[in-house]
Amino acid sequence: MRTVGEAPEKEPLAIQGDDSPGDGGAEAAPGAAIELAGVGHVFGELEVIERLGLRVGEHEVLGLVGPSGCGKSTLLELIAGLRSPTRGSIRIDGESADAERLGRCAYLPQRDLLLPWLTAIDNASLALRNRGASRTHARAWAHPLFERFGLAGFEGARPHELSGGMRQRVAFLRTLLAGKPVLLLDEPFAALDAITRTEMQEWLATALAGEPRTAVLVSHDVEEALYLCDRVVVLSARPAAALAELSAPAPRALPRPEVVTDSTFVATRERALWAMREGTR
Amino acid sequence: MRRASAILPPLAIVLALLGAWELAARWDVLADALDIQPFLIPAPSEVAEALWNDWDLLADDAWVTLQEVLAGFALSVGLGAGFAVLLHLSDALRRAFYPLLVASQTIPIIVVAPILVVWFGFGIGPKLAIIALICFFPITVNTLDGLRSVDPDAVKMMRTLDASRAQVLRRLEAPTALPYFFSGAKIAVAVAVIGAVFGEWAGSSEGLGHLMLNASAQLQTARLFAAVVILSVFAIALFGLLSLLERRIAWWGPRAAGPR
Repeated sequence: MRTVGEAPEKEPLAIQGDDSPGDGGAEAAPGAAIELAGVGHVFGELEVIERLGLRVGEHEVLGLVGPSGCGKSTLLELIAGLRSPTRGSIRIDGESADAERLGRCAYLPQRDLLLPWLTAIDNASLALRNRGASRTHARAWAHPLFERFGLAGFEGARPHELSGGMRQRVAFLRTLLAGKPVLLLDEPFAALDAITRTEMQEWLATALAGEPRTAVLVSHDVEEALYLCDRVVVLSARPAAALAELSAPAPRALPRPEVVTDSTFVATRERALWAMREGTR
Repeated sequence: MRRASAILPPLAIVLALLGAWELAARWDVLADALDIQPFLIPAPSEVAEALWNDWDLLADDAWVTLQEVLAGFALSVGLGAGFAVLLHLSDALRRAFYPLLVASQTIPIIVVAPILVVWFGFGIGPKLAIIALICFFPITVNTLDGLRSVDPDAVKMMRTLDASRAQVLRRLEAPTALPYFFSGAKIAVAVAVIGAVFGEWAGSSEGLGHLMLNASAQLQTARLFAAVVILSVFAIALFGLLSLLERRIAWWGPRAAGPR
């Protein structure tokens, strides 16, 4: 396996370095506010999203939960600038053009979509390469993050040699290394088994605490959303509209078992589930 | 061990067939019964003898044909992959040209070959044209399929990772299409040999096709068969070489980036 270029040890947090390769854009993740006003989206005859207004503050983690097929993924694609909304406007940092949004968002899909012909570290540093960094430089930059996120020693592994949880971690690093102020997470752990999923939730909570970003997490798992997010919006069945808004009851830093068994947490979870059930009717 | 068990069955069948053939051609009783004329169907041992005795003659012509095959195949790879990328990048071009590509395969090569000789002369030109005409098609079609098989979610992912159109092509679509390209190239290389012989039959002063025409006119059937043996060896060897390359370069196989 090829060796990774010499990592700059003086630089523990790679994505905050000053010697940014390419044209930078990887400043210390300033965070950006997202604003949706009267957003509606139609696919042909099918109304997917109906008049949705949302605001996500800087460094806030917003959860979107709703029944399957309610248009949550479409909503993320709209925010990311991969699609234009049929109605209404979406602004990130006050910018509403698709290309401007695309430049500010990093997207973590449900499936890790790691490229099988690249090693883990080359997958993680794809954004750096796309911005013109040399392979050596991109690897040197990604290397410290592998250690920080529990992937040390797996830099040269191919995706098929990694477990599901590790693959998703590499995918998350890939998103992080894009250096964008906004993270869009589309059911990132839905494909994992229950044990790995809770492990990954704890891992992501820690990761977000260490790398604060504005983030939108889409999930059909109420507990996951309440555990990971500051605030959770419950969406109705298609066409998606906001049904309820709940703020997460506990700070994310606590160990997961304590958080999810807390009586306020359980009560909030039940309220969210009830809202979802009502909305699905 | 696995290798031996893979080679053994086909080898056994080939040997058995050769043995039966040898027996039928050599054993007078059987040859008479089957009405086999030695000058029409030489025994395998006679073919081997012709290979040995006429080696100098055969080798010169084989070298000419091999050059045609390799140059024609290289041309087809360039044209085929180039076409595929072009048609992939532009919907308008694809809609306009795809039916034409398919139509080009309905032209009977045997009819076109003499015309190409009239146009390009007795040199390597018409042979390259014929090989390219037959071979670019499987390469283009397979590569295009590969380029279009890319997971749309992966393209979105690349776009949020600041990839330009060219970078999506280079870092995502091209590697995805590579195993498909090899499938097409393996089909193409086998027919490239046939294309070269067609070209030589239509008009040439050297090459195995030319030698076959002469041998056939002089009823030197053993030499004719020897030429066929060499052509088959070319096709098999080139196919094997490509399979080896495929395993080295495109080891992840088709649809590896797809859902799992």
